[in-house]
Amino acid sequence: MSDIPFPASAEAIRRQREDPHRLGHRGHGREPVPGAGHGQTGPASKRIIVGYGFWIFLLSDIVIFSCFFAAYAVLQGQTAGGPTARQIVDTTRVAWETTFLLASSFTCGLSFAATNAKNLLWTQVFLALTGLLGLGFVGLELQEFLELAAAGATPQRSAFLTAFYSLVGCHGLHVSVGGLWLATMMAQLQVKGFRHEIMHRLICFNLFWHALDIVWVAIFSVVYLMGSIS
Amino acid sequence: MFGKLSLSAIPLSQPIPLITSLAVMAILIGVLVLVTVKGWWPYLWKEWITSVDHKRIGVMYVLLGVVMLIRGFADAIMMRTQQAMAIGAQGYLPPEHYNQIFSAHGTIMILFGAMPLVLGFMNFLVPLQLGVRDVAFPTFNSVGFWLTASGAFLVNVSLFVGEFARTGWLPYPPLSEVGYSPGVGVDYYLWAVQISGVGTLITGINIVTTVLKMRCPGMSYLRMPVFTWTALASCLLIIAVFPILTATLAMLTLDRYLGFHFFTNDAGGSPMMFMNLIWAWGHPEVYILVLPAFGIYSEIFPTFSGKPLFGYRSMVAATLFICIVSMMVWLHHFFTMGAGPAVNTFFGIASSVIAVGTGVKIYNWIFTMYGGRVRMEVPMLWSLGFIFTFVIGGLTGVLLAIPPADFLTHNSMFLVAHFHNVIVGGVVFAIFAGLEFWFPKAFGFRLHEGLGKAAFWFAFVGFWVTFAPLYVLGLEGMTRRLQHINIEEWRPMLYVSVVGVAILIVGVVAQVAQLVVSIRDREKLRDVTGDPWDGRSLEWATPSPPPFFNFAVLPNVEGEEAYWGIKQRAIETQQMSPEPRYRPIEMPINSPVGIYTAFFASVFGFAMIWHIWWLAILALVAAFAGFVVFAWRDVHEFEVPAEEVAQADRARRASREAALARMAAAEGTPEGAGA
Repeated sequence: MSDIPFPASAEAIRRQREDPHRLGHRGHGREPVPGAGHGQTGPASKRIIVGYGFWIFLLSDIVIFSCFFAAYAVLQGQTAGGPTARQIVDTTRVAWETTFLLASSFTCGLSFAATNAKNLLWTQVFLALTGLLGLGFVGLELQEFLELAAAGATPQRSAFLTAFYSLVGCHGLHVSVGGLWLATMMAQLQVKGFRHEIMHRLICFNLFWHALDIVWVAIFSVVYLMGSIS
Repeated sequence: MFGKLSLSAIPLSQPIPLITSLAVMAILIGVLVLVTVKGWWPYLWKEWITSVDHKRIGVMYVLLGVVMLIRGFADAIMMRTQQAMAIGAQGYLPPEHYNQIFSAHGTIMILFGAMPLVLGFMNFLVPLQLGVRDVAFPTFNSVGFWLTASGAFLVNVSLFVGEFARTGWLPYPPLSEVGYSPGVGVDYYLWAVQISGVGTLITGINIVTTVLKMRCPGMSYLRMPVFTWTALASCLLIIAVFPILTATLAMLTLDRYLGFHFFTNDAGGSPMMFMNLIWAWGHPEVYILVLPAFGIYSEIFPTFSGKPLFGYRSMVAATLFICIVSMMVWLHHFFTMGAGPAVNTFFGIASSVIAVGTGVKIYNWIFTMYGGRVRMEVPMLWSLGFIFTFVIGGLTGVLLAIPPADFLTHNSMFLVAHFHNVIVGGVVFAIFAGLEFWFPKAFGFRLHEGLGKAAFWFAFVGFWVTFAPLYVLGLEGMTRRLQHINIEEWRPMLYVSVVGVAILIVGVVAQVAQLVVSIRDREKLRDVTGDPWDGRSLEWATPSPPPFFNFAVLPNVEGEEAYWGIKQRAIETQQMSPEPRYRPIEMPINSPVGIYTAFFASVFGFAMIWHIWWLAILALVAAFAGFVVFAWRDVHEFEVPAEEVAQADRARRASREAALARMAAAEGTPEGAGA
């Protein structure tokens, strides 16, 4: 083993395997697990409650995105004589945006591996990388919006553009707010270390960041891919 | 500097809002002065405003709901009297004011009256019924409540400063677009509902997590009380559909503020999309209200019949059935807008199918009473009144669910009568039944019985005298929301309806009098055992009012009707279970983050309504700063020493033992005992 304890170390893997609640690993007919919140043994542990509640919040957030997707589907053809989807998609930039975002999700996952290994330095490094990649993504998106607006393709131009800006912008807003959260978490981590509630918040942040990735894959497919071939 | 806000926004020339505003402000200032003079602020701040105790938050929710219910009722009185006075005349309300009143009435009654009441019951009861100490996220819970209060605050501000929407309780575009509603009325609606909607979502997440992850040992799903089941179903609906509301209102906001084209007539926008989106939320919303109401009845019928609930599992199945099907019927709200026969048929059948699930429930309640020893106490009266009223409302609902019939009755007073029949008969009756039922649990004394019965009879008779004529008027062709009426033949029925409102007013007075008299006689009405009605679920195992930690030791549940089993065992063996070993308990500490967030949410909403951009940004920054400060908090919980826990629980056990001894001595009817 090297001197620098790498996040994906044997230690981290051991911790994952020894997940006290054995989430997803409980066979049928086994004894109820204390602290898993399955009704037989009393309330779940804090860690499970926090993660579970945040998942439910994410589901509700995904419903919001679904509404903007639905609006986009309805208004896609309503260009009112303005530019169509095909005319505004710049595939090169979208490829870079996707690369940045997917890479940030990967570094985010690595940061959590480091968190599980209780390694502050690598956690911070990977969180910072995640933030920078996210910033790159938001920057590219802003550039796209500004270019389009300069060419007269503003959201006020047509219902299609309204739906386009709103759907993509809603995701961009989430990434930006996520960035703000990330910065706050990094500061907290530095000051307070791996306290329980900090760990819980990092779990939530990871869930949030990965969920944004999933939403982006949908936006990429529905708006950009389908737009470029329409 | 102040955006669109100027002195002319204050309605100095309109006497009705002006006098109301002045009166409300006088009362408000009076209360504030009283609280200050009496030195109650530290108590209020420590025990209520910053409290994260689910029971306290539940009580505050109910208080908010009751106040807003009275506000909405005042609007209703004005509407009924205006229509009775405006037959072939102008009436006393100017048309634009009348339009604001019916919009405010709907918005307030559903979103700021019924919703807080239902959420209040869930907050208060779910942890108690599950045998746990709090909800999953106590501080968050406080944030949720205060955001709801913030929305209610903004709606009421619209009375003093500016105006409210004139678009109906759902702001249909293009009427609500800036071209047709240039004033701030729709903006008040948008921000008030948006902010309180976030609060509702928070409570939904909280309750679902609590039910799914925080039950006491032995409390498996099919041992949960039906109220908890309905709270779960209702909160699942909240999580599924409130985000739709958020997104829809956000789209309308973008249209109004930035000139977007989601719902506009020009540039390709689609007003029909708004109908679909808003009703995809709006229809499940009525089930969010009525399912917990069904849960309340499901607790009351067994208790006052002395029998377990008939068909517990079918009740659970029917609840989940309604939960799912309620999301598949939204289009019946616009059958007549040209969706075509195939679509209308699908939604017509789906709507009627809900009656099957509801029918299962009605039969279960009736069979629960069959063969039981039915006690006609006040909660039971409301419940029986509900069965009668709700069945009629359900039948007229099936009529409206048939598309060809709906073409005749849509947008008529028939529809108005129908939904008041189900919402008042279903939800409001349940709320009054529940208030009567759980009041002793929350405050430690019962409500006066005679006045409670009077309140029921006046409300029940008043309700029918008000709304039965509206069915007739609807069938005679009267449409809703008329500012004045040109058809002389409608006069008698409109007059009867006003008589009904007068009877309802007596009911409301009786209700208030009941509260006042009960507080005066509280020593006489004291509930010493904590189980005043011979209850069956775990909330009755605690003293009244319960200690802030609810249970000294989490109960161990061994069957359905958890507390009933424990109590029967104690009565049979003539002794309580042995004293447990008490341990220290961790409880969350108070936090001002709820009121802090709500304060800046209100400032933000107000600034956005009046286009005061700098203030809006300032409020957002302040809210974020508050969150960071809150997140920096190091201590989240405090420890209650085992000795304090033991002391509280020994007092409870003593009162139960005394009750047990009384029972053994009298050999009479069991009136509350057990471990």
